Amino acid sequence: MAEEVKKIMFTVRKPPHGSIYVYEGLEVKLIMAAYDADISVVFMDDGVFAVKRGQDTKELGIKGFEATYGALVDYEIQKVFVDRHSMESRGMTEDDLVIIGEDEDTEEPIRPQVVDAQEIAAMMAEQHNILSF
Amino acid sequence: MKIAVCIYEGPYNHEASDSAYNFIKAAIDRGHEIQGIFFYHDGVYNVTKLMEPPQDDRHIANRWSELGAKGIDIVVCIAAAKRRGIVDEVLVPNVRISGLGQLTMMAIQADRMVVFGD
Repeated sequence: MAEEVKKIMFTVRKPPHGSIYVYEGLEVKLIMAAYDADISVVFMDDGVFAVKRGQDTKELGIKGFEATYGALVDYEIQKVFVDRHSMESRGMTEDDLVIIGEDEDTEEPIRPQVVDAQEIAAMMAEQHNILSF
Repeated sequence: MKIAVCIYEGPYNHEASDSAYNFIKAAIDRGHEIQGIFFYHDGVYNVTKLMEPPQDDRHIANRWSELGAKGIDIVVCIAAAKRRGIVDEVLVPNVRISGLGQLTMMAIQADRMVVFGD
C-alpha cells in the first residue's frame, strides 16, 4: 500500500558565505528532491542573504552557488519561501531575490514567495520533519 | 517513537557530538528506537579511527562505534566525507559511508529527525 507523501521542510538561517552549511545544505535539497517527498524551503534570519541576487564570490576564492538556486524549479523544488521580517530588516525587497526558475506556461520568472512568520509557523506545524541548515 | 539523528559538527571542537550522544543514550533508555545517525558537514570527522585523544578524555569515535555495534545504523555522508579526506580505510568499525539518499530515507521514515549543530 502506498504511504502518504511526507512533508519535509528545510530552514536556511545562516548567511551563505563564511561557513559551508548553506552550500552543503543546498546539496541535500537537490538530492532529496529526487525522492518521493513534499519538499519546502524557508529562508529566514541571515539565511535570506543566500537568495539575494548578484552575489560575487570571486574575491572569496570560492565558486559560489547562487546560480544553482536558479534551477530549483527544474529540480521540482517549487515551495520556496522567504521570511518577510528577516528580508525587510536586512534592507532587502522582493526585487532583490534570485529567480528560481520560470513558469512552464507563461515563461514568467519565478521568485521565492515572501511570507509572514505566522504563515511559516502554520507550514511548520504541518511538516513530518524539519531540517535546518 | 522512531528518531533519526543528524550531526553537523566535528568532535571535541563543538558540543554537538556529545549532546547527540547523550540524547541518543537517553532516548534508548526511555524505549525509543533510533532509526539512524547521519554525519554531515564536519560531523564526518566523528568516526575516524585516526583520532587519539588523551587517555583521561572520552574517545568520541569509539563511542559511536559502540553504538553501531548495538545495531544502530550510522551513516557518514560520502560527499561531505570526500571533501574532508574521510574514506572507508579510516573509519572505526560499525559505521558506513553512503549518500544523502540515506538521510532522505531517515527523514521520511523516522517520526522525528533531531539535528545537532550550529
